[in-house]
Amino acid sequence: MSTYDRSMALTGQPPKELSRNQKIATLIGLSGLAIILLAAFNVDFPNKALWLSISLAAITTGTIWFSWDMYSKKEPGIKNDGVWFKSISSKGFWGWIAGISLTSFYIILYFYPEYLGLVQKGDNTGVIGLFDPLSRALSGNPASQWFVYGTLYTVAILAFGIKFIWKYRHNRYERIRTMSVMFFQTAFAFIIPELMARLNGSSVLNGGSLPYYDLKNMWPLNYYNFEGYRIKGFLSSGDIGFGLLIFGVLSIFVISPILTYKFGKRWYCSWVCGCGGLAETAGDSFRQLSDKTVKAWKIERWVVHSVVVFVTLMTTAVIYSYLGNDTSKYWLTKSTFLIGVGVLLTSVFALVMIFKREQFQKDAKYGAVGYLVIILALIGFHFFSGEGQVFLFKSETLRKSYSFLIGSIFSGVIGTGFYPIFGNRVWCRFGCPMAAILGFQQRLFSKFRITTNGGQCISCGNCSTYCEMGIDVRAYAQKGENIVRSSCVGCGICSAVCPRGVLKLENGPLQGRIDSNQVLLGNDVDLMTLVNKK
Amino acid sequence: MENIVIIGNGIAGVSAARHIRKLSDKRIIIISGETDYFFSRTALMYVYMGHMKFDHIQPYENWFWEKNRIELVRGYVTKVNPNEKQLLIDGSRAVNYDKLIIATGSKPNKFGWPGQDLHGAQGLYSKQDLDLLEVNAPNKEVCKRAVIVGGGLIGIELAEMLRSRDIPVTFLVRENSFWNGVLPSGESQLINEHILEHHIDLRLGTNLKEIVADENGKVKSVIIAETGEELPCNMVGLTAGVAPNIDFLKDSGIEVGRGVKVNRFLETNIKDIYAIGDCAEQHEAIGNRRPIEAVWYTGRMMGETVAQTICGNQIEYKPGHWFNSAKFLDIEYQTYGWVFSERGMKEYEEHFHWRHSEEKVCITISFNKENNQFLGINTFGIRMRHEVFDRWLTQEKDVDYVMEHLIDANFDPEFYKNYETEIVSKYNADFGKSIKTKKKSLKRIFAIG
Repeated sequence: MSTYDRSMALTGQPPKELSRNQKIATLIGLSGLAIILLAAFNVDFPNKALWLSISLAAITTGTIWFSWDMYSKKEPGIKNDGVWFKSISSKGFWGWIAGISLTSFYIILYFYPEYLGLVQKGDNTGVIGLFDPLSRALSGNPASQWFVYGTLYTVAILAFGIKFIWKYRHNRYERIRTMSVMFFQTAFAFIIPELMARLNGSSVLNGGSLPYYDLKNMWPLNYYNFEGYRIKGFLSSGDIGFGLLIFGVLSIFVISPILTYKFGKRWYCSWVCGCGGLAETAGDSFRQLSDKTVKAWKIERWVVHSVVVFVTLMTTAVIYSYLGNDTSKYWLTKSTFLIGVGVLLTSVFALVMIFKREQFQKDAKYGAVGYLVIILALIGFHFFSGEGQVFLFKSETLRKSYSFLIGSIFSGVIGTGFYPIFGNRVWCRFGCPMAAILGFQQRLFSKFRITTNGGQCISCGNCSTYCEMGIDVRAYAQKGENIVRSSCVGCGICSAVCPRGVLKLENGPLQGRIDSNQVLLGNDVDLMTLVNKK
Repeated sequence: MENIVIIGNGIAGVSAARHIRKLSDKRIIIISGETDYFFSRTALMYVYMGHMKFDHIQPYENWFWEKNRIELVRGYVTKVNPNEKQLLIDGSRAVNYDKLIIATGSKPNKFGWPGQDLHGAQGLYSKQDLDLLEVNAPNKEVCKRAVIVGGGLIGIELAEMLRSRDIPVTFLVRENSFWNGVLPSGESQLINEHILEHHIDLRLGTNLKEIVADENGKVKSVIIAETGEELPCNMVGLTAGVAPNIDFLKDSGIEVGRGVKVNRFLETNIKDIYAIGDCAEQHEAIGNRRPIEAVWYTGRMMGETVAQTICGNQIEYKPGHWFNSAKFLDIEYQTYGWVFSERGMKEYEEHFHWRHSEEKVCITISFNKENNQFLGINTFGIRMRHEVFDRWLTQEKDVDYVMEHLIDANFDPEFYKNYETEIVSKYNADFGKSIKTKKKSLKRIFAIG
């Protein structure tokens, strides 16, 4: 679409232009970033605690002031004016600059932390040195690149969370949900693990140590939870550690299925999860960039489920690698474990195929059968080939490549770095194995749905445009069909931006959860019954 | 194979095409002079406001049409010749049809104001109008003030659009309160206040006398009929309603009134020619409806219906209970059943009105004072469930029942404040009743068990 802008003003026109307050706020926020950047170039700040506080305060103040000026003067309501005119939010020049900067940051963070000032033996320098005082205050240890990242991550969720709450202040669901992700990030992902690290070696843990453990981060999102060093850490701390290990197993097999049945996967993805938390707050300006085409949906289904298979294989291989063969030493041996995995996967597959097969499309059925055969064949290796080789690759190779490809490149570099290009939920949609497993439960065994309000849809497209998961919500709403999709994280924005109040997230009875109508409510009753006969 | 030609690619024409394709293998051709692909007309405003790009308001991806063998022709139909069963596109290309569906929609009304055709004066209906608006009012430098004439749904949308770019807007409304030909006074008053909150210069009870041109034939100002005041402006929005867009049917032999005259089967006076959507006019109005209904939903419903008839299952157009919705700036409006304004009220009709003391939230419930039957509801700022009200209207529930179970109909997002208790206590006070609100029941809502 062409916009005929004949103005010579460099800053553009409403609704794109920045007000004076917004310019000052931007300056303050960027000055906070500048301190961190200077530290990265090894400018040695005298009083680190003071300069770190100034920097984080400036970033927070800048963001909050900017949002205050943007939303406080307007009437409460949906205000997406100019979203597609601003270059930052419509893949324009600033969008690309932001994407490239974020991506570079992630590459340095994951692969070259020494450039940030990480020193193995001796005092940290650079940015990591700047964060040392805060880290010592929390856990007693010097900072690492992950501590720097965690701090900035938390600041981003808090500052942009406030922006989000302001923007959607008329919507109580959004307010409460955002407070929830802000809380879980600050407490569970940031502060509690640091305090747990402080306890290591203390009498509470019988002198043992706990791995750095974000309690809400469950396998398979937390793909390293069952690696040897972590198991050792858990088991070195007596009952507490053992309890946490049990909690880790229960959370994926018991707790999450129950909650997903009752509320849909939103209880995790948009209320608790840290990745979701960043996407919903700092990433909110980019939600409209997700690809809604059917093609993207097809790619998404294959990619995300392949990651699930990959993480299952990898974890099985890793656990296998440190188990023994002798039952007298420990009850769980290599063979028992592999048989257990095989039985579990086969029974899930069988139950779904028996009870829910009509809800699968053809390619999903083929994919499921194919993957199951592959996994079982690979497990069979152990029994036919003798010692050590469970899968074609060594477990260490699998672990390393998963951690590099999925753990770093996909979830970090692409998942967050590409926010301004592919939208804010690229990782959650195409990569997250946890989301895929919860989504599978949500699609087949859950009370959650987005209800379409009879025949009220006007096909305007706001819901689809602002769906961060790339769901073509309108396609369902205009058929009078409820939206029941694996990928839906229940952020509630489709319902919020709908100008006619057609969509509602709710947990209701399973009966008639998915109904599509040829002829919608409001037409001739006889015609509706004639055509909508199921 | 029968050849079905549809003139117009709006919601009515496209609904008909989709349903004909579901039911049959007939050849389907859609002709439109406006755009290549179907788009949601109600969403045009969001393109100007920057909420969406134009491709976002197209409900189907571009491959959809070929995949479903619906042929799209871009062109303007200038003549229909029923004797030859042929029509002309742009006065030259001829297309033959076996059955013809006219779904050409509306055009903005012009009431013969002096200067109504000047550069800078425009309606807002088509994609072309939207493009023209980008020329007439791209920003507040080019358009220092806009004047909107006509207080209806399109008028208030146009005001909201212009305000999103900070353009000063004067809104001339003929009625002494916004849209009070349709809305009861309490609701109309609520919207008046809300318009002012958005810094729109609302002039009630005001008519346009003329639009004045500058030396280049562009809009310079408007003159108000009542006061003779001259308002300088660069753009005039003509939004005083719409009329069927059927000029090309002159001398075709198809019977027209204001719209194309159709019977209950949506058939015109000529065999094999049908008319649906905004441009169709019923010989006698259906129930309380108007003979011409320029509404998204009715367009869709007529499309669904005529497809059955064309595919050999002749079905009368019998719309169910009336419903509609709109959004006035930040306030969502929904209506189920009939709630008339004071001007159009039936003699048996009585209203119950509740308005929140601070927030812009209100409802009006209409019922029959003779037998207490519930007739309809208007809601502002509360979402209500279509299925539930449709069921209550069908079952002819009385107003006490509706009050008791009002919570069942609530469709607001989770955690929203509920106003049912307040509403019912005012109802009890107004009518000396002692209704107690029931708890929400999923069983009742979803009609299970």
